[in-house]
Amino acid sequence: MSIAIETERLSKTFGEKRALHELNLSIRAGSVYGLLGPNGAGKTTSIRVLSTLLKASGGKATVLGLDVAREAAAVRQKISLTGQYASVDEDLTGQENLVLIGRLLGMSWGDARSRATELLNAFGLSEATNKQVRTFSGGMRRRIDIAASLVTRPEILFLDEPTTGLDPRSRNQVWDLVRQIAADGTTVLLTTQYLEEADRLAERMAVIDNGHVIAEGTSHELKSSLGGNALRFQLANPAQREQAREIVSRVVGDTVLPNTDPTAISLKVADASVAAKILAALGTADIQLTDFSLGAPSLDDVFFTLTGRPPEQATAEKERAS
Amino acid sequence: MSTDHLPPGGEALKLPARPRPAGALSTVITLAWRAMLKIKHVPFQLFDVTVTPIMFTLLFTYMFGGALAGSPEVYIQFLLPGILVQTIIFITVYTGVGLNTDIQKGLFDRFRSLPMWQPSPVLGALAGDLFRYSVAALLIIGLGLILGFRPGAGLFGVLLAFALVLVFSFAVSWVWIIFGMIVKTPESVMTTSFLFLMPLTFASNIFVEPKTMPGWLQVFVHYNPVSRLTSASRGLMHGTDATADVVWTLAASALIVAIAAPTAMRMYYQER
Repeated sequence: MSIAIETERLSKTFGEKRALHELNLSIRAGSVYGLLGPNGAGKTTSIRVLSTLLKASGGKATVLGLDVAREAAAVRQKISLTGQYASVDEDLTGQENLVLIGRLLGMSWGDARSRATELLNAFGLSEATNKQVRTFSGGMRRRIDIAASLVTRPEILFLDEPTTGLDPRSRNQVWDLVRQIAADGTTVLLTTQYLEEADRLAERMAVIDNGHVIAEGTSHELKSSLGGNALRFQLANPAQREQAREIVSRVVGDTVLPNTDPTAISLKVADASVAAKILAALGTADIQLTDFSLGAPSLDDVFFTLTGRPPEQATAEKERAS
Repeated sequence: MSTDHLPPGGEALKLPARPRPAGALSTVITLAWRAMLKIKHVPFQLFDVTVTPIMFTLLFTYMFGGALAGSPEVYIQFLLPGILVQTIIFITVYTGVGLNTDIQKGLFDRFRSLPMWQPSPVLGALAGDLFRYSVAALLIIGLGLILGFRPGAGLFGVLLAFALVLVFSFAVSWVWIIFGMIVKTPESVMTTSFLFLMPLTFASNIFVEPKTMPGWLQVFVHYNPVSRLTSASRGLMHGTDATADVVWTLAASALIVAIAAPTAMRMYYQER
C-alpha cells in the first residue's frame, strides 16, 4: 500500500496566527481522502502547502515521496489544483481556457484543442464551448474548473471545497466526477464543510480544527468512535421543541446534541432501551412526532462532539464572510 | 431525461499522461496569446488606449497650440513625441491591474501550481501589452500626421523613438507589477499608480519647455526620466542629436529593471 501524501508535524503560521499546528496526515495512493473542518480550521492552508503554493513554517510534507518545499517543481509535474475560487479566466471561453492549460502543460496546439473539446463534451459543457466563462452558472464554472485540472492525468488532484455554494444537482454532478477520477487511479484530496460529501466520497477522512488533526479514519470508524447509538426525533410542531428537549434531558441526563433543524432532537445513548422511556415520556406530554430513528451517529454528531460546534454554524459563518 | 448526472466520462476521463513540460518560450507565447484573447473578448479594454490618446492629442494641439507655439501646426511638432510618451506610460498601469485581477480571481494559484517556468505569466502579460502599446502608438502617430506632424527623421526615426518608449515602458511595468502584488483590488492599483504618473508625466517637458517654471520645479523636470525620454523621442523623430537623452533613458530603464524586476519576482514567489 503506497502512500501518496504524507505530512509530519506540518506547521504554518501567518504572523501571530497559527494556521497549521503539527498536522500529521498519511494518505494512501489511489484513494479519495476528505479533510473536514469548520471554516478557518486549516483545510485550505494544508492544500496550499501540499500544492507548493505556500511554504510551511515547520515540519515536513511529501507528495509521492517528493518534498514539497525542496522538490516543488517535480511535485507540480504530478499534481493538479482546483482552488476554492473558480480559477479560470472569466474573459476567455470554455474552450480557450482548456487549450490554455493544455498548452502550459506542454501539449501541442492541436492536441490541446482536441483534448479541450473532449473534456467539454465529457463535462456536459459542449454548448458552452464558445461562451465566455463569466456567463457560466455556478455549477458550470465548477465543472470547467475541475476540467482544467484534468487536461492531463494528475497523480494527485487537490479539490478545495469543490461543491461549496452549488445547488444539489450540480453537487451530484461534481460527486460523479470525483468518483470517476478516483476510479481512474488518481488520488483525490478534497476539503469540505459538508459532512455528507465526505461521507459519500471519501474512503478515509481527517477532521481538523485549529490546524490539527483531531480525528482520523473511515466514516464508519469516526461514527463508532463516539460509542453508542444516536437517537433522533422529528417533532410535528417546532414550538414544542424546547419542552421536548427538557423532557428528554430529564429522562437521559444532559446529552442532547445541538441541532439547527428546529424540528429535530438528537442525542447519544449508550443503551437503546432508553428510547422506549423517552417515547413514553413524550407521549405523556402530548408531543407529536413525525419520525423517530435509532442508529449509528451521523458525521454531524461526530463533528459536534469533536469540535464543539455544529457544522452548519461553520457554514453560516462562511457565507456571512463572503 | 434526468440532468442530475453527467454523461459518462468515457474516453475523456481516461486521462492522457502528462507530456514533457513546456519550454519557457512556449509558455510565454501561450500566455501572450491569452492576453490577445482577452482583448478580443473584451474590446472595451482598448477604449482607454484608443480614445484617450486621440482626445489628448486633439485637445492639447488645438487648445494650447496657438498660445504656446503660435499655431497648432507648429506646436504639434513639439507635442507629438511627448504625447506618445505620456500615453504609453499611462497604459503600462494595465500590466499591474491585469496581474492583480489574476491574483484576486485565484487564476495565479492555478498557474503557480502548473509545472511550468514560474515567471511565464508575468512575461506573457508583458508581451501581450506590447500589442496595446503598438495600437496606441499607431493611432497617435497616424492622427499626428493628419494634423500636420512632419517628423524630420522619417519613419525610421519614429520607429526608433517608439522602440525607446517601449524599453522605458517595460521598465516601468515592473513597478506596477510590484503594486499589483501589494494592493488588494485592481481599482486601487489604478488609483495608486496614477498618483505617481500624474506628477511624472505633467511635471515634465511634454507640454511646455520648463524655462518659465519655478526653479525647484525645473530641477524636478530636469531629472524626471520622463523628460529625458521625451527629449530623446523628439530628437529621434526630428533627426536632431539625442544621444545623451537616449543614453540617459536607457540607463534609467536599466536601473529601474535592475531594482524592480528582482523585487517583483521575489514577491511573486512569496506566498500570499
